[in-house]
Amino acid sequence: MSHAETTRIGRGQEPASRRLHVDWTACDGRGLCAELLPELLTEDDWGFPVARGDMTVPPALEPAARQAVDRCPALALRLVSERPAPASS
Amino acid sequence: MTDALWYFARGSGVVSLVLLTVVVALGIGARSGRTAFGLPRFAVNLLHRNAALLAVVFLAGHVVSLLFDPYAQLRVFDLVLPFAGNYRPVWQGLGTLAFDLLLAIVITSLLRKRLGARVWRIVHWLAYLCWPVALLHGLGTGSDNGTVWLWTISALCTLLVVAAVGWRLAPSFSRFPERARRHINPRLLPAPTPALTQPGTPSQPGTPPQPGTPPQPGTPPPAHFGARASAQPGSYEEVR
Repeated sequence: MSHAETTRIGRGQEPASRRLHVDWTACDGRGLCAELLPELLTEDDWGFPVARGDMTVPPALEPAARQAVDRCPALALRLVSERPAPASS
Repeated sequence: MTDALWYFARGSGVVSLVLLTVVVALGIGARSGRTAFGLPRFAVNLLHRNAALLAVVFLAGHVVSLLFDPYAQLRVFDLVLPFAGNYRPVWQGLGTLAFDLLLAIVITSLLRKRLGARVWRIVHWLAYLCWPVALLHGLGTGSDNGTVWLWTISALCTLLVVAAVGWRLAPSFSRFPERARRHINPRLLPAPTPALTQPGTPSQPGTPPQPGTPPQPGTPPPAHFGARASAQPGSYEEVR
């Protein structure tokens, strides 16, 4: 965890929650991501990744998630940071 | 000292050829989706990348030692410009060509996220040209080109790559042979310009339609009018 992130948490602010995003038009079902992130992803019968939960990445799994994103042969996996949802909706 | 450079150049060339052979075989195996070579798929992927980078290191040693070798008498532009050398220009040029191709493959791989998967993959196919050219270069030039051990190494490397290509072409290669090929609805493809889809428009071929121009009277609006209106920016941003 970086220094900036620890200070931000130390001030009591909520860290931006990271979420995995699969670009399904690009995904080829090569299966590397499910191997590198078994805590978040599993494979369906055709080798495509399936989310175990809501794809939110806990901070402890962020390095593994980054590696899964980096190794995707189709560049179909991304790590996105969700902005807090507006209160009106 | 001058002999040391020559010996180092020969050795590093052979080592980088062996490494490149392993890289090509791993790259073909990684395409399978199966657990190739008894390794998990991510391990095949990482080994492919790391062996390739190690091959680049040995290849840099091969090239730099030959540049300073008084026997090879390479000029600087001989390192990138093929078939211009003084000594066995064809065989040496094959090595230069393979070096250029490998540089292109490695640099596009390192910039893969910026280039996109399609450009990266197209350039990566040059590996099927790069590896045989490098093999021929090793067989045709240098002072080891008639020795039994170099022919043995080259034959074993060829066998490995031919076996990998044969496995690649076999029906049992894919993990899901029955998986249907992906078809894209034509409506989702990038829309052609209205000048091409509307034969009745009076716009000239040389003048592209201006975005702000109102539609000409008498011509119906393009079929994909408003197709981009649904493209809203998402509620998330990508993490760099």
